[in-house]
Amino acid sequence: MDDFFQAERALSTMQDTKISARNVDVRYGDTHAIKDVSVEIADKTVTAFIGPSGCGKSTFLRCINRMNDTISIAKVTGHIDIDGEDIYDSRVDPVQLRAKVGMVFQKPNPFPKSIYDNVAYGPKIHGLAKNKAELDDIVEKALRRGAIWDEVKDRLQAPGTGLSGGQQQRLCIARAVATEPEVLLMDEPCSALDPIATAQVEELIDELRQNYSVVIVTHSMQQAARVSQKTAFFHLGHMVEFDETDKIFTNPQDSRTESYISGRIG
Amino acid sequence: MTDATQGAPFPASRPTRSILSEDARTRKRNAAERRFKMYGMAALGVGIVFLVLLLTTIVRNGIPAFTQTFIVLEVPLPEATLDPNGERLEADLKKVSTFGYNPLIEQALIEATADIPTEIEDGDLDKILSASAGAILRNTVIADPSVIGTLQEFELLASSRVDGYLKGRVERADLARDNNLDAAHLDLIDVMVERGDVERRFNWQFVLGSDASESRPEQAGIGVSMIGSFFMMLVVLGLSLPIGVAASIYLEEFAPQNRLTDIIEVNISNLAAVPSIVFGILGLAAFIQFAHLPQSAPLVGGLTLTLMTLPTIVISTRAALKSVPPSIRDAALGVGASKMQSVFHHVLPLAMPGILTGTIIGLAQALGETAPLLLIGMVGFIASNYPDGVAEGFLSPNSAMPAQIYEWAKRADPAYYERAWGGIIVLLLFLLTMNLIAVLLRRRFERRW
Repeated sequence: MDDFFQAERALSTMQDTKISARNVDVRYGDTHAIKDVSVEIADKTVTAFIGPSGCGKSTFLRCINRMNDTISIAKVTGHIDIDGEDIYDSRVDPVQLRAKVGMVFQKPNPFPKSIYDNVAYGPKIHGLAKNKAELDDIVEKALRRGAIWDEVKDRLQAPGTGLSGGQQQRLCIARAVATEPEVLLMDEPCSALDPIATAQVEELIDELRQNYSVVIVTHSMQQAARVSQKTAFFHLGHMVEFDETDKIFTNPQDSRTESYISGRIG
Repeated sequence: MTDATQGAPFPASRPTRSILSEDARTRKRNAAERRFKMYGMAALGVGIVFLVLLLTTIVRNGIPAFTQTFIVLEVPLPEATLDPNGERLEADLKKVSTFGYNPLIEQALIEATADIPTEIEDGDLDKILSASAGAILRNTVIADPSVIGTLQEFELLASSRVDGYLKGRVERADLARDNNLDAAHLDLIDVMVERGDVERRFNWQFVLGSDASESRPEQAGIGVSMIGSFFMMLVVLGLSLPIGVAASIYLEEFAPQNRLTDIIEVNISNLAAVPSIVFGILGLAAFIQFAHLPQSAPLVGGLTLTLMTLPTIVISTRAALKSVPPSIRDAALGVGASKMQSVFHHVLPLAMPGILTGTIIGLAQALGETAPLLLIGMVGFIASNYPDGVAEGFLSPNSAMPAQIYEWAKRADPAYYERAWGGIIVLLLFLLTMNLIAVLLRRRFERRW
């Protein structure tokens, strides 16, 4: 493991836009959680959302796979397009959307089933495997991508909840990539992990960039600086600034961004 | 953020306090804690004392009901009385009523006790036997006519007074005002016990048999009402579990949060607190008077108890569903499971132990419920009514265990009092078994993490 891990910064070529949000507003009852956010998120890029607690970054993340639908008082307006298709179109089935937009949560939440079943669940319900052999293949590939295969290959039938915190989170990442999503949303994936597990997951995120558009919400500015190519700063429901990570951390345009990254607000 | 360091400066010198001696405040706090522990232990102690008292009373009063006194008697079965035509036709045999057999029994008793000096008048001897003796003889003869003309040994139920005397329930002094039995009978019994003509055995009749008339408690059993309870529980389980669980899943996972669901929720909670007799009268009105289902049938009893059990199951199922961490739902939705898949694949299996516990508690409550049964007539006097088939079991008139116990407790004969306690033991054994099943099921489901 490289202790001085630092993701590649420079974007060799500008990637295509994967997700495009325009004038998104989110209200929880009377609370206006997201105010007029517009952002273009590129494919094969890690985009970090940073900002103080309660700034709306997680809320915005949950808009991208419509997880806010499960909260009855949440109301989303505006447009979010993935590959040019509006995900809030009335014809969109959120279940289909979530197969395309995987999500990893703050707290590792493996199903109380075996490691194998955790990963196999998504492919099974989406009918990605025709037989047991194919399913085995998918599970192995996902666990390898989750950088956890070597640790669990001998105990695939052991309960997923019996793994350590870092392993559980990587298992959850493996579970998320098993359904072959195109976008991977990560909501503070390392906040419950120790530094070693964090480093492992961060390395993994950089590898995942080869295949996915990764959006990560984080409280740690160091983490954002380490893993992302683009960073968005949220404050009080507004997206204050969105630019290349280098620029945000070295030469922010907005005084609020500068205050936050230098530790004066937050 | 840096405010903390700018607070008021500490005073220059502060007295140091020893932590080796309790100060007044700590002493008070500790005393309060000790007192609270004492209250708790006292409450627990009182509870245990009452539990022990209850159990010993039940066992002491109820255990005698499980044994019964039998008198061994050789009875001649003369052809002249039982089948004068000598053709052994069933119709002829049935013409002799149980009263026709009583003189035979009396005669056999006189002969058996001829060597014992007694002042009992002939013709009064059979008071030591149950009134069922004649019927037992008659049934034997009808079942196997070849016994006619022979001397057969019968084990006949002793009368409840004799049984009570041998169990210590009836004293000689009690018989002064009793015209069912004289002290002389007891003297006779004493001798017969010495001779080994009297034996006390486990009373299968009590566990398997049906109720009996008020004058022959020695013959009464709880078996038929047990079957009634069993069929009722089948109805309750078959209806309340699927309906209750489905309703809870819908309310907890799918229903929109609005005023209507709020009202439904409040009403379900209130229903759980409605007195059971209210459900009884509802059952009477809905199932018997409106739907014209047969009275006293376990089907109706089961339907009525289902109404009563549903709120219990719904409440506990919803609590079990609520206790499943939301992260599991998120995880399932996150990999693209539909709402229903997330519920049935992940949430429900995790809630299963809680649901099962709630269901068994609801069933146990229903099993012990008496009041609603009184209103729908499930306290019928069922002296002989073993259901033949399964459908018969649901629709033929029957009683239920608690109702049977209530009936027995009402009757005047102290022998029925003993049986009521015995019935309670059977009922408690049933409840114990159900709880055991609940524990086992819960453990089984919990093993699957």
